[in-house]
Amino acid sequence: MSAGVLFDEPGPRTRARHLVYNVVAVLAVLAVLGFVVYRLNETGQLEYAKWEPFVTPDIVRAIGEGLLTTLKMAAVAIVAAVVLGMALGIGKLSEHRWLRWPCWLFVEFFRAVPLVLLIIFVFFGVLGSVEDFNSKAFWAVVIALTLYNGSVLAEVFRAGIQAVPRGQGEAAYAVGMRKHQVMRQVLLPQGVKLMIPSIISQCVVALKDTSLSYVVAGVGLTRVGKSIYTEFANHVPTLIVISVIYICVNLLLTALATWVQRRFVGEKKILAVGAVAGFDVTPGTAAPLTPGR
Amino acid sequence: MEAVLDNWQIVRDAFVVTVALVVISGIGALVWGTILAAFRVSPVQALRVFGTGYVSLARNTPLLMFFLFFQLGAGKLWDVLGFTWVSVHIGSYDFTSFFAGAVAALTLYTSSFVCEGLRSGVNAVDLGQVEAARAIGLPFSGVLRRVVLPQAFRTSVPPVVSALIAMVKNSSLAGIFGVLELANRMKGLTNNHADQRTEIFLVFALLYIVIVAAFSIGAATLERRWKVAR
Repeated sequence: MSAGVLFDEPGPRTRARHLVYNVVAVLAVLAVLGFVVYRLNETGQLEYAKWEPFVTPDIVRAIGEGLLTTLKMAAVAIVAAVVLGMALGIGKLSEHRWLRWPCWLFVEFFRAVPLVLLIIFVFFGVLGSVEDFNSKAFWAVVIALTLYNGSVLAEVFRAGIQAVPRGQGEAAYAVGMRKHQVMRQVLLPQGVKLMIPSIISQCVVALKDTSLSYVVAGVGLTRVGKSIYTEFANHVPTLIVISVIYICVNLLLTALATWVQRRFVGEKKILAVGAVAGFDVTPGTAAPLTPGR
Repeated sequence: MEAVLDNWQIVRDAFVVTVALVVISGIGALVWGTILAAFRVSPVQALRVFGTGYVSLARNTPLLMFFLFFQLGAGKLWDVLGFTWVSVHIGSYDFTSFFAGAVAALTLYTSSFVCEGLRSGVNAVDLGQVEAARAIGLPFSGVLRRVVLPQAFRTSVPPVVSALIAMVKNSSLAGIFGVLELANRMKGLTNNHADQRTEIFLVFALLYIVIVAAFSIGAATLERRWKVAR
Protein backbone atom coordinates (compact mmCIF):
# COMPACT_ATOMS: atom_id res chain seq x y z
CA MET A 1 0.00 0.00 0.00
CA SER A 2 1.46 3.32 -0.98
CA ALA A 3 0.82 6.59 0.77
CA GLY A 4 -1.37 7.71 -2.12
CA VAL A 5 -4.33 5.53 -1.24
CA LEU A 6 -4.65 6.98 2.25
CA PHE A 7 -6.62 9.91 0.91
CA ASP A 8 -8.96 10.59 -2.00
CA GLU A 9 -7.98 12.48 -5.09
CA PRO A 10 -8.41 16.04 -3.78
CA GLY A 11 -11.09 18.26 -5.24
CA PRO A 12 -10.63 21.99 -5.91
CA ARG A 13 -11.46 23.04 -2.34
CA THR A 14 -9.22 20.42 -0.77
CA ARG A 15 -6.44 21.36 -3.16
CA ALA A 16 -6.74 24.95 -2.03
CA ARG A 17 -6.68 23.80 1.61
CA HIS A 18 -3.61 21.63 0.98
CA LEU A 19 -1.93 24.58 -0.67
CA VAL A 20 -2.50 26.58 2.52
CA TYR A 21 -1.13 23.68 4.62
CA ASN A 22 1.85 23.42 2.32
CA VAL A 23 2.61 27.12 2.61
CA VAL A 24 2.21 27.00 6.40
CA ALA A 25 4.45 23.92 6.65
CA VAL A 26 7.11 25.43 4.42
CA LEU A 27 6.99 28.65 6.41
CA ALA A 28 7.27 26.73 9.68
CA VAL A 29 10.31 24.76 8.48
CA LEU A 30 11.87 27.91 7.06
CA ALA A 31 11.19 29.72 10.34
CA VAL A 32 12.99 27.00 12.30
CA LEU A 33 15.90 26.95 9.84
CA GLY A 34 15.98 30.73 9.84
CA PHE A 35 16.07 30.75 13.62
CA VAL A 36 18.98 28.27 13.57
CA VAL A 37 20.89 30.41 11.08
CA TYR A 38 20.05 33.53 13.11
CA ARG A 39 21.39 31.95 16.29
CA LEU A 40 24.45 30.63 14.44
CA ASN A 41 25.12 34.13 13.19
CA GLU A 42 24.28 35.79 16.50
CA THR A 43 26.67 33.56 18.44
CA GLY A 44 29.43 34.05 15.90
CA GLN A 45 29.42 30.47 14.61
CA LEU A 46 29.35 31.63 11.01
CA GLU A 47 32.52 33.71 11.34
CA TYR A 48 35.20 32.84 8.84
CA ALA A 49 37.71 32.02 11.59
CA LYS A 50 35.53 29.16 12.81
CA TRP A 51 35.31 27.62 9.36
CA GLU A 52 38.81 28.39 8.20
CA PRO A 53 40.24 25.05 9.43
CA PHE A 54 38.07 23.24 6.89
CA VAL A 55 39.76 25.00 3.98
CA THR A 56 43.25 24.70 5.44
CA PRO A 57 45.11 22.07 3.37
CA ASP A 58 46.83 20.40 6.33
CA ILE A 59 43.60 20.00 8.25
CA VAL A 60 41.69 18.83 5.19
CA ARG A 61 44.40 16.21 4.75
CA ALA A 62 44.07 15.21 8.41
CA ILE A 63 40.31 14.85 7.98
CA GLY A 64 40.91 12.72 4.89
CA GLU A 65 43.30 10.48 6.81
CA GLY A 66 40.83 10.26 9.68
CA LEU A 67 38.07 9.25 7.27
CA LEU A 68 40.40 6.64 5.80
CA THR A 69 41.13 5.18 9.24
CA THR A 70 37.41 5.13 10.00
CA LEU A 71 36.66 3.36 6.72
CA LYS A 72 39.50 0.92 7.41
CA MET A 73 38.08 0.13 10.85
CA ALA A 74 34.62 -0.45 9.41
CA ALA A 75 35.97 -2.55 6.53
CA VAL A 76 38.16 -4.80 8.70
CA ALA A 77 35.33 -5.24 11.19
CA ILE A 78 32.78 -6.07 8.49
CA VAL A 79 35.03 -8.58 6.70
CA ALA A 80 35.82 -10.29 10.00
CA ALA A 81 32.14 -10.11 10.99
CA VAL A 82 31.06 -11.76 7.73
CA VAL A 83 33.42 -14.68 8.42
CA LEU A 84 32.32 -14.92 12.05
CA GLY A 85 28.67 -14.51 11.09
CA MET A 86 28.86 -17.27 8.49
CA ALA A 87 30.43 -19.66 10.99
CA LEU A 88 27.88 -18.81 13.69
CA GLY A 89 24.94 -18.82 11.29
CA ILE A 90 25.79 -22.24 9.94
CA GLY A 91 26.53 -23.39 13.49
CA LYS A 92 23.07 -22.30 14.57
CA LEU A 93 21.53 -24.39 11.78
CA SER A 94 23.58 -27.46 12.75
CA GLU A 95 21.88 -30.72 13.66
CA HIS A 96 24.28 -31.18 16.56
CA ARG A 97 23.11 -29.75 19.82
CA TRP A 98 26.65 -29.28 21.16
CA LEU A 99 27.33 -26.93 18.24
CA ARG A 100 23.94 -25.24 18.01
CA TRP A 101 23.66 -24.17 21.64
CA PRO A 102 27.01 -22.42 22.09
CA CYS A 103 26.42 -20.58 18.82
CA TRP A 104 22.97 -19.53 19.98
CA LEU A 105 24.31 -18.30 23.32
CA PHE A 106 27.16 -16.41 21.66
CA VAL A 107 24.85 -14.68 19.18
CA GLU A 108 22.22 -13.74 21.76
CA PHE A 109 24.80 -12.45 24.23
CA PHE A 110 26.70 -10.23 21.85
CA ARG A 111 23.54 -8.90 20.18
CA ALA A 112 22.18 -7.74 23.53
CA VAL A 113 25.30 -6.14 25.02
CA PRO A 114 25.88 -2.43 24.33
CA LEU A 115 28.89 -1.75 22.12
CA VAL A 116 30.16 0.86 24.55
CA LEU A 117 30.51 -1.82 27.25
CA LEU A 118 32.21 -4.17 24.81
CA ILE A 119 34.68 -1.52 23.68
CA ILE A 120 35.55 -0.58 27.27
CA PHE A 121 36.00 -4.22 28.20
CA VAL A 122 38.16 -5.10 25.20
CA PHE A 123 40.22 -1.92 25.57
CA PHE A 124 41.01 -2.26 29.28
CA GLY A 125 40.48 -5.96 29.85
CA VAL A 126 41.61 -7.85 26.78
CA LEU A 127 44.11 -5.48 25.18
CA GLY A 128 45.25 -3.96 28.47
CA SER A 129 48.88 -4.93 27.95
CA VAL A 130 49.22 -3.49 24.43
CA GLU A 131 51.66 -0.57 24.54
CA ASP A 132 50.72 1.49 21.50
CA PHE A 133 47.69 3.54 22.47
CA ASN A 134 46.48 4.17 18.93
CA SER A 135 46.51 0.59 17.77
CA LYS A 136 44.99 -0.46 21.09
CA ALA A 137 42.01 1.84 20.51
CA PHE A 138 41.80 0.79 16.85
CA TRP A 139 41.70 -2.92 17.64
CA ALA A 140 39.41 -2.54 20.64
CA VAL A 141 36.81 -0.96 18.36
CA VAL A 142 37.41 -3.46 15.55
CA ILE A 143 37.12 -6.47 17.86
CA ALA A 144 33.99 -5.13 19.55
CA LEU A 145 32.41 -4.30 16.18
CA THR A 146 33.32 -7.75 14.85
CA LEU A 147 31.71 -9.54 17.79
CA TYR A 148 28.55 -7.44 17.59
CA ASN A 149 28.13 -7.36 13.80
CA GLY A 150 29.17 -10.99 13.51
CA SER A 151 26.31 -11.92 15.81
CA VAL A 152 23.85 -9.81 13.83
CA LEU A 153 25.12 -11.23 10.53
CA ALA A 154 24.82 -14.77 11.94
CA GLU A 155 21.09 -14.15 12.07
CA VAL A 156 21.14 -12.67 8.56
CA PHE A 157 22.96 -15.77 7.29
CA ARG A 158 20.53 -18.09 9.03
CA ALA A 159 17.56 -16.15 7.66
CA GLY A 160 19.12 -16.07 4.17
CA ILE A 161 19.74 -19.81 4.10
CA GLN A 162 16.26 -20.50 5.39
CA ALA A 163 14.81 -18.18 2.75
CA VAL A 164 16.10 -20.50 0.00
CA PRO A 165 13.07 -22.58 -1.09
CA ARG A 166 13.06 -25.91 0.74
CA GLY A 167 12.77 -27.88 -2.46
CA GLN A 168 16.31 -26.82 -3.36
CA GLY A 169 17.84 -28.54 -0.36
CA GLU A 170 15.58 -31.55 -0.69
CA ALA A 171 16.43 -31.93 -4.37
CA ALA A 172 20.13 -31.75 -3.55
CA TYR A 173 19.77 -34.47 -0.94
CA ALA A 174 17.72 -36.51 -3.41
CA VAL A 175 20.52 -36.53 -5.98
CA GLY A 176 22.77 -37.90 -3.26
CA MET A 177 24.73 -34.85 -2.12
CA ARG A 178 26.26 -34.84 1.32
CA LYS A 179 25.38 -32.34 4.01
CA HIS A 180 28.34 -30.03 3.42
CA GLN A 181 27.84 -30.26 -0.35
CA VAL A 182 24.21 -29.20 0.00
CA MET A 183 25.26 -26.25 2.13
CA ARG A 184 28.25 -25.23 0.01
CA GLN A 185 26.98 -25.84 -3.48
CA VAL A 186 23.24 -25.29 -3.22
CA LEU A 187 22.08 -23.33 -0.18
CA LEU A 188 24.92 -20.84 0.41
CA PRO A 189 25.24 -19.55 -3.19
CA GLN A 190 21.52 -18.83 -3.31
CA GLY A 191 21.31 -17.55 0.23
CA VAL A 192 24.28 -15.20 -0.11
CA LYS A 193 22.56 -13.41 -2.95
CA LEU A 194 19.71 -12.56 -0.61
CA MET A 195 22.12 -11.49 2.12
CA ILE A 196 24.36 -9.06 0.26
CA PRO A 197 22.06 -6.02 0.63
CA SER A 198 21.69 -6.67 4.36
CA ILE A 199 25.44 -7.01 4.68
CA ILE A 200 25.89 -3.63 2.98
CA SER A 201 23.26 -2.11 5.28
CA GLN A 202 25.21 -3.56 8.18
CA CYS A 203 28.24 -1.67 6.84
CA VAL A 204 26.31 1.55 7.48
CA VAL A 205 25.68 0.45 11.06
CA ALA A 206 29.34 -0.50 11.51
CA LEU A 207 30.52 2.77 10.01
CA LYS A 208 28.33 4.79 12.35
CA ASP A 209 29.44 2.68 15.29
CA THR A 210 33.14 3.31 14.62
CA SER A 211 32.43 6.75 16.09
CA LEU A 212 32.02 5.00 19.44
CA SER A 213 35.82 4.88 19.55
CA TYR A 214 35.26 8.21 21.32
CA VAL A 215 34.74 6.11 24.44
CA VAL A 216 38.42 5.16 24.46
CA ALA A 217 39.80 8.53 23.34
CA GLY A 218 38.95 8.06 19.71
CA VAL A 219 40.38 6.86 16.44
CA GLY A 220 39.87 8.16 12.92
CA LEU A 221 37.31 10.80 12.07
CA THR A 222 36.11 11.17 15.66
CA ARG A 223 39.64 11.83 16.90
CA VAL A 224 40.29 14.37 14.14
CA GLY A 225 37.04 16.16 14.91
CA LYS A 226 37.88 16.24 18.60
CA SER A 227 41.34 17.71 17.97
CA ILE A 228 39.89 20.35 15.66
CA TYR A 229 37.25 21.63 18.04
CA THR A 230 39.63 21.47 20.99
CA GLU A 231 42.15 23.59 19.16
CA PHE A 232 39.91 26.09 17.39
CA ALA A 233 36.96 26.09 19.82
CA ASN A 234 34.62 25.74 16.85
CA HIS A 235 32.42 22.93 18.17
CA VAL A 236 29.33 23.58 16.08
CA PRO A 237 31.06 23.94 12.69
CA THR A 238 33.19 20.86 13.34
CA LEU A 239 30.20 18.76 14.33
CA ILE A 240 28.36 19.90 11.21
CA VAL A 241 31.29 19.06 8.90
CA ILE A 242 31.99 15.65 10.49
CA SER A 243 28.29 14.73 10.46
CA VAL A 244 27.98 15.70 6.81
CA ILE A 245 30.93 13.44 5.94
CA TYR A 246 29.35 10.52 7.78
CA ILE A 247 25.96 11.18 6.15
CA CYS A 248 27.46 11.31 2.63
CA VAL A 249 29.38 8.05 3.04
CA ASN A 250 26.35 6.33 4.57
CA LEU A 251 23.98 7.57 1.85
CA LEU A 252 26.41 6.21 -0.76
CA LEU A 253 26.43 2.84 0.99
CA THR A 254 22.63 2.82 1.25
CA ALA A 255 22.32 3.63 -2.44
CA LEU A 256 24.72 0.76 -3.17
CA ALA A 257 22.62 -1.61 -1.05
CA THR A 258 19.45 -0.58 -2.87
CA TRP A 259 21.12 -0.98 -6.26
CA VAL A 260 22.48 -4.44 -5.40
CA GLN A 261 19.05 -5.43 -4.07
CA ARG A 262 17.36 -4.38 -7.33
CA ARG A 263 20.03 -5.90 -9.51
CA PHE A 264 20.44 -9.28 -7.81
CA VAL A 265 17.42 -9.96 -5.62
CA GLY A 266 14.47 -8.24 -7.26
CA GLU A 267 11.29 -7.11 -5.58
CA LYS A 268 11.70 -8.97 -2.29
CA LYS A 269 12.31 -6.85 0.77
CA ILE A 270 15.76 -6.59 2.28
CA LEU A 271 16.35 -9.27 4.89
CA ALA A 272 16.38 -7.64 8.27
CA VAL A 273 16.87 -9.04 11.71
CA GLY A 274 16.23 -7.38 15.02
CA ALA A 275 18.42 -7.02 18.04
CA VAL A 276 16.85 -9.89 19.92
CA ALA A 277 15.58 -13.34 19.07
CA GLY A 278 12.11 -13.44 17.59
CA PHE A 279 12.11 -10.01 16.00
CA ASP A 280 12.22 -9.47 12.30
CA VAL A 281 12.38 -5.87 11.40
CA THR A 282 10.24 -6.02 8.29
CA PRO A 283 6.70 -7.05 9.12
CA GLY A 284 4.91 -9.04 6.47
CA THR A 285 8.07 -10.80 5.35
CA ALA A 286 8.73 -12.17 8.81
CA ALA A 287 6.73 -15.36 8.58
CA PRO A 288 8.82 -17.46 6.16
CA LEU A 289 12.08 -16.52 7.89
CA THR A 290 11.28 -17.59 11.41
CA PRO A 291 9.79 -21.06 11.54
CA GLY A 292 9.17 -20.67 15.28
CA ARG A 293 6.38 -18.16 14.83
CA MET B 1 33.06 -10.06 42.01
CA GLU B 2 33.77 -8.23 45.29
CA ALA B 3 34.11 -5.01 43.32
CA VAL B 4 30.46 -5.21 42.31
CA LEU B 5 29.17 -6.56 45.63
CA ASP B 6 30.99 -3.93 47.68
CA ASN B 7 29.59 -1.21 45.45
CA TRP B 8 26.13 -2.66 44.95
CA GLN B 9 24.43 0.61 45.88
CA ILE B 10 26.29 2.43 43.13
CA VAL B 11 25.37 -0.30 40.66
CA ARG B 12 21.72 -0.19 41.76
CA ASP B 13 21.56 3.59 41.39
CA ALA B 14 23.18 3.34 37.96
CA PHE B 15 20.59 0.75 36.94
CA VAL B 16 17.76 3.06 38.02
CA VAL B 17 19.26 5.96 36.08
CA THR B 18 19.59 3.81 32.94
CA VAL B 19 15.98 2.68 33.27
CA ALA B 20 14.80 6.27 33.75
CA LEU B 21 16.82 7.39 30.74
CA VAL B 22 15.41 4.59 28.60
CA VAL B 23 11.80 5.12 29.66
CA ILE B 24 11.79 8.90 29.15
CA SER B 25 13.64 8.79 25.82
CA GLY B 26 11.50 5.84 24.72
CA ILE B 27 8.27 7.77 25.28
CA GLY B 28 9.75 10.77 23.50
CA ALA B 29 10.89 8.67 20.56
CA LEU B 30 7.48 7.00 20.25
CA VAL B 31 5.64 10.34 20.22
CA TRP B 32 7.99 12.14 17.82
CA GLY B 33 8.36 9.01 15.67
CA THR B 34 4.57 8.74 15.31
CA ILE B 35 4.31 12.39 14.31
CA LEU B 36 7.08 11.89 11.74
CA ALA B 37 5.34 8.81 10.35
CA ALA B 38 2.10 10.79 10.01
CA PHE B 39 4.05 13.51 8.20
CA ARG B 40 5.52 10.97 5.82
CA VAL B 41 2.14 9.62 4.67
CA SER B 42 0.23 12.91 4.75
CA PRO B 43 -1.26 14.57 1.66
CA VAL B 44 0.73 17.74 2.34
CA GLN B 45 3.85 17.53 0.24
CA ALA B 46 5.94 19.88 2.37
CA LEU B 47 5.40 17.68 5.43
CA ARG B 48 6.29 14.55 3.44
CA VAL B 49 9.53 16.13 2.26
CA PHE B 50 10.35 17.29 5.78
CA GLY B 51 9.68 13.81 7.23
CA THR B 52 11.74 12.05 4.59
CA GLY B 53 14.60 14.52 4.95
CA TYR B 54 14.65 14.32 8.73
CA VAL B 55 14.63 10.53 8.78
CA SER B 56 17.35 10.08 6.19
CA LEU B 57 19.59 12.63 7.91
CA ALA B 58 19.03 11.31 11.44
CA ARG B 59 19.44 7.67 10.44
CA ASN B 60 22.77 8.28 8.76
CA THR B 61 24.35 10.42 11.46
CA PRO B 62 26.21 8.58 14.22
CA LEU B 63 24.43 8.89 17.56
CA LEU B 64 27.69 10.24 18.98
CA MET B 65 27.20 13.40 16.92
CA PHE B 66 23.81 13.98 18.56
CA PHE B 67 25.38 13.57 21.98
CA LEU B 68 28.31 15.84 21.14
CA PHE B 69 25.91 18.43 19.78
CA PHE B 70 23.76 18.52 22.90
CA GLN B 71 26.70 18.43 25.30
CA LEU B 72 29.04 20.84 23.50
CA GLY B 73 27.27 22.79 20.79
CA ALA B 74 23.62 23.38 21.56
CA GLY B 75 24.17 25.44 24.70
CA LYS B 76 26.44 27.77 22.78
CA LEU B 77 23.78 28.40 20.14
CA TRP B 78 20.87 28.95 22.44
CA ASP B 79 21.14 28.66 26.19
CA VAL B 80 17.74 26.95 26.43
CA LEU B 81 19.26 23.95 24.60
CA GLY B 82 22.05 23.78 27.14
CA PHE B 83 19.39 22.37 29.46
CA THR B 84 20.92 24.23 32.38
CA TRP B 85 17.36 24.87 33.54
CA VAL B 86 16.86 21.15 34.14
CA SER B 87 17.59 20.31 37.74
CA VAL B 88 15.32 17.68 39.23
CA HIS B 89 16.30 15.85 42.38
CA ILE B 90 14.34 12.81 43.42
CA GLY B 91 15.76 11.17 46.51
CA SER B 92 19.42 10.57 45.82
CA TYR B 93 18.98 10.81 42.06
CA ASP B 94 19.92 13.99 40.23
CA PHE B 95 18.55 14.65 36.79
CA THR B 96 20.53 17.54 35.41
CA SER B 97 21.53 19.05 32.09
CA PHE B 98 23.62 15.97 31.24
CA PHE B 99 20.58 13.75 31.63
CA ALA B 100 18.34 16.09 29.63
CA GLY B 101 20.91 16.32 26.84
CA ALA B 102 21.12 12.54 26.69
CA VAL B 103 17.32 12.29 26.53
CA ALA B 104 17.21 14.82 23.69
CA ALA B 105 19.94 13.02 21.72
CA LEU B 106 18.40 9.57 22.17
CA THR B 107 14.90 10.81 21.36
CA LEU B 108 15.83 12.64 18.16
CA TYR B 109 17.97 9.72 16.92
CA THR B 110 15.65 6.83 17.84
CA SER B 111 12.50 8.53 16.55
CA SER B 112 13.75 8.17 12.96
CA PHE B 113 13.91 4.39 13.39
CA VAL B 114 10.52 4.33 15.15
CA CYS B 115 9.11 6.32 12.21
CA GLU B 116 10.47 3.79 9.71
CA GLY B 117 9.01 0.92 11.75
CA LEU B 118 5.60 2.55 11.90
CA ARG B 119 5.67 3.38 8.22
CA SER B 120 6.31 -0.25 7.35
CA GLY B 121 3.33 -1.02 9.58
CA VAL B 122 1.21 1.49 7.67
CA ASN B 123 2.27 -0.17 4.43
CA ALA B 124 1.12 -3.53 5.79
CA VAL B 125 -2.44 -2.34 6.51
CA ASP B 126 -4.89 -4.00 4.15
CA LEU B 127 -5.87 -1.84 1.21
CA GLY B 128 -9.58 -2.64 1.68
CA GLN B 129 -9.50 -1.16 5.17
CA VAL B 130 -8.37 2.20 3.85
CA GLU B 131 -10.77 2.12 0.93
CA ALA B 132 -13.65 1.30 3.27
CA ALA B 133 -12.66 4.15 5.57
CA ARG B 134 -12.57 6.55 2.65
CA ALA B 135 -15.85 5.19 1.29
CA ILE B 136 -17.71 6.11 4.47
CA GLY B 137 -16.38 9.62 4.04
CA LEU B 138 -13.66 9.85 6.68
CA PRO B 139 -11.18 12.65 6.02
CA PHE B 140 -7.44 11.92 6.00
CA SER B 141 -7.07 12.59 9.73
CA GLY B 142 -9.94 10.20 10.46
CA VAL B 143 -8.56 7.49 8.15
CA LEU B 144 -5.20 7.77 9.86
CA ARG B 145 -6.39 8.10 13.46
CA ARG B 146 -9.30 5.68 13.49
CA VAL B 147 -8.38 3.05 10.92
CA VAL B 148 -4.78 2.99 9.78
CA LEU B 149 -2.66 3.87 12.82
CA PRO B 150 -4.39 1.52 15.29
CA GLN B 151 -3.68 -1.36 12.92
CA ALA B 152 -0.23 -0.08 11.99
CA PHE B 153 0.74 0.06 15.68
CA ARG B 154 -0.15 -3.61 15.96
CA THR B 155 1.81 -4.83 12.97
CA SER B 156 4.78 -2.64 13.73
CA VAL B 157 5.39 -3.90 17.25
CA PRO B 158 8.48 -5.94 16.23
CA PRO B 159 10.33 -3.21 14.28
CA VAL B 160 9.45 -0.49 16.78
CA VAL B 161 10.52 -2.61 19.74
CA SER B 162 13.70 -3.43 17.83
CA ALA B 163 14.37 0.29 17.58
CA LEU B 164 13.68 0.72 21.30
CA ILE B 165 15.98 -2.18 22.20
CA ALA B 166 18.72 -0.59 20.12
CA MET B 167 18.02 2.57 22.10
CA VAL B 168 18.51 0.71 25.40
CA LYS B 169 21.95 -0.28 24.20
CA ASN B 170 22.66 3.17 22.78
CA SER B 171 21.79 4.76 26.12
CA SER B 172 25.19 3.53 27.32
CA LEU B 173 26.71 6.40 25.36
CA ALA B 174 25.24 8.77 27.95
CA GLY B 175 27.75 7.41 30.44
CA ILE B 176 30.55 9.04 28.48
CA PHE B 177 28.77 12.38 28.75
CA GLY B 178 28.42 12.71 32.49
CA VAL B 179 25.27 10.71 33.22
CA LEU B 180 25.99 8.34 36.11
CA GLU B 181 24.41 5.29 34.52
CA LEU B 182 25.55 1.71 33.99
CA ALA B 183 28.25 2.21 31.35
CA ASN B 184 29.72 5.11 33.33
CA ARG B 185 29.90 3.06 36.52
CA MET B 186 31.30 0.08 34.66
CA LYS B 187 34.14 2.18 33.29
CA GLY B 188 34.87 3.46 36.81
CA LEU B 189 34.88 0.00 38.37
CA THR B 190 36.94 -1.40 35.48
CA ASN B 191 39.59 1.23 36.08
CA ASN B 192 39.68 0.69 39.83
CA HIS B 193 39.60 -3.10 39.92
CA ALA B 194 41.95 -4.32 37.23
CA ASP B 195 41.87 -7.91 38.48
CA GLN B 196 38.09 -8.30 38.17
CA ARG B 197 37.41 -6.82 34.76
CA THR B 198 35.75 -9.87 33.27
CA GLU B 199 33.32 -10.29 36.17
CA ILE B 200 32.48 -6.59 36.13
CA PHE B 201 31.81 -6.70 32.39
CA LEU B 202 29.59 -9.76 32.73
CA VAL B 203 27.55 -8.27 35.58
CA PHE B 204 26.90 -5.02 33.71
CA ALA B 205 26.18 -6.88 30.48
CA LEU B 206 23.65 -8.96 32.38
CA LEU B 207 21.95 -5.84 33.75
CA TYR B 208 21.50 -4.53 30.21
CA ILE B 209 20.24 -7.93 29.11
CA VAL B 210 17.63 -7.73 31.89
CA ILE B 211 16.30 -4.43 30.48
CA VAL B 212 16.40 -5.76 26.91
CA ALA B 213 14.60 -8.93 28.01
CA ALA B 214 11.90 -6.85 29.71
CA PHE B 215 11.32 -5.04 26.42
CA SER B 216 11.14 -8.21 24.35
CA ILE B 217 8.81 -9.95 26.82
CA GLY B 218 6.58 -6.87 26.82
CA ALA B 219 6.57 -6.85 23.03
CA ALA B 220 5.77 -10.56 22.83
CA THR B 221 2.84 -10.03 25.21
CA LEU B 222 1.54 -7.09 23.17
CA GLU B 223 1.87 -9.06 19.97
CA ARG B 224 -0.03 -12.02 21.40
CA ARG B 225 -2.78 -9.83 22.81
CA TRP B 226 -3.21 -7.82 19.61
CA LYS B 227 -3.08 -10.71 17.22
CA VAL B 228 -6.77 -11.48 17.75
CA ALA B 229 -7.83 -8.01 16.79
CA ARG B 230 -5.89 -8.04 13.57
